[in-house]
Amino acid sequence: MYKNILNLLPYKSSFRFVDHISSLDTDGVVGEYTLKEDAFFYEDHFAGNPVTPGVIVTEIMAQIGLVVLGIFLILHESDVNFTEDELMFPLLTSTDVSFYKMVLPGQRVIVKSQKQYFRFGKLKCYVEMLDTNNELIAKGMFSGIIKNAGFKK
Amino acid sequence: MTRQEILDELKKVLAPYTADKEALAKVDENTDLIKDLKINSANLVDIIIDAESKYNIEIDYDSADRMTNVGSCIDVISEKMGQGQV
Repeated sequence: MYKNILNLLPYKSSFRFVDHISSLDTDGVVGEYTLKEDAFFYEDHFAGNPVTPGVIVTEIMAQIGLVVLGIFLILHESDVNFTEDELMFPLLTSTDVSFYKMVLPGQRVIVKSQKQYFRFGKLKCYVEMLDTNNELIAKGMFSGIIKNAGFKK
Repeated sequence: MTRQEILDELKKVLAPYTADKEALAKVDENTDLIKDLKINSANLVDIIIDAESKYNIEIDYDSADRMTNVGSCIDVISEKMGQGQV
């Protein structure tokens, strides 16, 4: 089931930031990602001093915390068929993130997301990113919708 | 509750979601939430959820779909409040 959801993620190669889902239910998700040492953004951010950009940290939190959970909820609660409509894609509608620690190339991060609500096609979650010592890297509120999902509930 | 009373309360519900305080002050039944108040369309969901707890009502998908301007919001809220009292 988890594998199936990973296959449904619309992101490819350099912009897919989910390696593994360790738990997933209708209230939340826990997943992880290891930053690739040769990721495209390290060369320029910053030259000779690679640090993961905040937007990428935010994207990792959104992909695991919102998109994985959102796909699970839609499959769980409605008849939407992901393979039939390729125009369907997730859109981030708002975020409010605070950053506490840097993320370096090769680092493994854990993302934990708790659903606040999923209504009228909008998913809102409280999302935290932790390092392998269980220390907080970033936290925030994330909201998103699935564009063209067109389901009525 | 009269429509005017609902409108006054609704302004408070809308306030956190619009940066345009001038437009909010001039709100009337024809005010469009997205066009006039420049509310992020995804935040309409939050407004509906806030309205539900404020008025102790439940708003279904079809009613939510109608809530595009202040007048239609008041329609839905007063309808649902009426149902609640039966």
